[in-house]
Amino acid sequence: MTAPHTGGDGAPAGKAPAGEPLLSVKNLSKTFSSGGLFRGGKELVHAVNGVSFDVGSGETLGIVGESGCGKSTTGRCVLRLIEPSEGEIRFTGRDVRALEGRKLRELRQDMQIVFQDPFSSLNPRMTVGASIREGLVIHEIAEGSAAEARVGALLEEVGMRAEYSVRYPHEFSGGQRQRIGIARALSVEPKLVVCDEPVSALDVSVQAQVLNLLQDLQRQRKLSYVFIAHDLSVVEHIADRVAVMYLGKIVELTTAGELYREPLMPYTQALLSAVPVADPTVRRQRIVLSGDVPSPADMPPGCVFHPRCHHPAKDAACTRIVPPLEEKAPGHFAACIKQPPTQVSWEQQREAGGEHAPDRYLPIAQ
Amino acid sequence: MTEPLLSVENLRTYFHTRDGVARAVDGVSLEVNRGETVGLVGESGSGKSVTALSIMRLIRHPGRIEQGSRVVFEGKDLTLASEEEMRRIRGNRIAMIFQEPMTALNPVFNVGDQVAEVARIHERSSRRAAWRKAVEMLALTGIPSPEARARDYPHQLSGGMRQRVLIAMALMMQPELIIADEPTTALDVTIQAQILELLRDLQHRFGTAILMITHDLGVIAETCSRVIVMYGGEVVEQAQTEVLFAAPHHPYTEGLLQAIPRVGAIRQRLAVIPGTVPPPTRWPDGCRFHDRCSYSWERTEHEHPPLYQVGEGHFSRCHLAEEPERRAQPHTPLVARRRVDAA
Repeated sequence: MTAPHTGGDGAPAGKAPAGEPLLSVKNLSKTFSSGGLFRGGKELVHAVNGVSFDVGSGETLGIVGESGCGKSTTGRCVLRLIEPSEGEIRFTGRDVRALEGRKLRELRQDMQIVFQDPFSSLNPRMTVGASIREGLVIHEIAEGSAAEARVGALLEEVGMRAEYSVRYPHEFSGGQRQRIGIARALSVEPKLVVCDEPVSALDVSVQAQVLNLLQDLQRQRKLSYVFIAHDLSVVEHIADRVAVMYLGKIVELTTAGELYREPLMPYTQALLSAVPVADPTVRRQRIVLSGDVPSPADMPPGCVFHPRCHHPAKDAACTRIVPPLEEKAPGHFAACIKQPPTQVSWEQQREAGGEHAPDRYLPIAQ
Repeated sequence: MTEPLLSVENLRTYFHTRDGVARAVDGVSLEVNRGETVGLVGESGSGKSVTALSIMRLIRHPGRIEQGSRVVFEGKDLTLASEEEMRRIRGNRIAMIFQEPMTALNPVFNVGDQVAEVARIHERSSRRAAWRKAVEMLALTGIPSPEARARDYPHQLSGGMRQRVLIAMALMMQPELIIADEPTTALDVTIQAQILELLRDLQHRFGTAILMITHDLGVIAETCSRVIVMYGGEVVEQAQTEVLFAAPHHPYTEGLLQAIPRVGAIRQRLAVIPGTVPPPTRWPDGCRFHDRCSYSWERTEHEHPPLYQVGEGHFSRCHLAEEPERRAQPHTPLVARRRVDAA
């Protein structure tokens, strides 16, 4: 079950299980500048701040976090829909950031994206058949009647009728449009699909249908997914491993089961405890965080979560030392200097004003 | 039994459109007692929000509350009240909290003035007294440095803070009833936890009744003592929260509960309800859920089921109440057999 891990220096956090990863991201950062026009001075917003992860072949990596944590930006940087500011992205051995022109187009054939709102990502003036066919033609996969047949087969694969290819997006429900978005992404036979909040606009019963569809397609086509969502229960359901993001950083990364059983990072603990449980007999201990997420333009020093942290050993060291994302247990990475074991020694912490020695704190462990 | 605070009887709100009559709310009856939190749950198009807007008499053309509908609040039928009377009730006796606080607040006034305005209108308070009360209410909803925040404009506040402002506004007149329409849907989960906690706390303090409208069964389980499930413009099930989650009677409720992924559950395929909610201009004959249901039989295709009593305080609009043995023989729903389209 657990992934083999190399402990040595420079090993990317959260190695994909076994073999060469399909996608490998190292120290990815994206900085936006904002406020330039009316406010005189420009301020820099670190939307993504040194993120590293791997995705194995056939694996689903979930990325979860609240608004503004950088999860969508991360997904878009991987596809180079947004240009990363720094870092390395390798996909099937190719250096993604170095690709241009035809090579970049070839990359996009292997990596596709499904968006949250399929209505805004489908051209309202094109029939859904034309939308799906576009990719086939651009990537020179099929033309004419062969393309037509492919479109019909794709629609059926996502649970719709082939005849629907002549209809327009507005004629479909939200769930059906999401199926069309999936068919379009699959048309070019990708290896990896970035799913950016693919079910958050859907009703519960439709959401279940789309999640099952994504799982079926993964099995049949051996797809890898980067599944981005704010809903922890959805991510936990579909992902093999989950990365939790907060203010542009991955703060915890482990298998879905482990994340739920033993969340180590205090932010993950709070996030998990905040999910309303659809069972009135369960009274889960709730950690209610005070305050809001700080602005990414005005990042707290040290651990970005320290102003809202509830770890009993939190002290001045947390405000000065940036916690590394380190392996706390086999395959379980977390960024917290107060959860042992940690490479940030107690001496270093004391020098930074630390008063409380690191001590395991697991308020909601199962 | 004491008189309920709110009693909706056979509410029918129809929209007279070019495509025909959309029976968005079609014969809804429900009650809310003093100090109680009742959940109204359903998916898009179930009629839950139109029910809320009808209670507040905020239905606009081409929508209409049809003859014979009654909305009795504190002994008075609101469907017969004049617009002037409604203005005195809204925000005073019944307050509403909306999903998106940014659109519910006016961007060109500071939030303190907007909260104070409630008292200026309903109590004819002086500017200073209203402002003082507004700051007090903002403090009560947990807004840090309320005096300073009151001078902020909506865009300067976070989503969670804006929702607190709306709650402060709703509580200004200490209403008997708050209708909360998806109050936490637009918020992040940790902020949602803060807001739900706040609502619970304020309810204890003031004894306000809450009608909580949501699609999120988790929110219902955590906040409501009683639940009403809507489907196809009708109430399909109603029960105490524990009963509804432990032993749902209506197949739609059952399907909904099985369709949610749960944190910590063994990973398995999610159960699905095939098909989609039909459009309100064309509700199916018989039971409105019959073609998506795993238990349907001829009777359900023709005979519209009444709301059967299936337990103490437990009602279900399903003929299984009379023919329970059919629950033992689930089958593929009609929509799936017809190979009609996926949702």
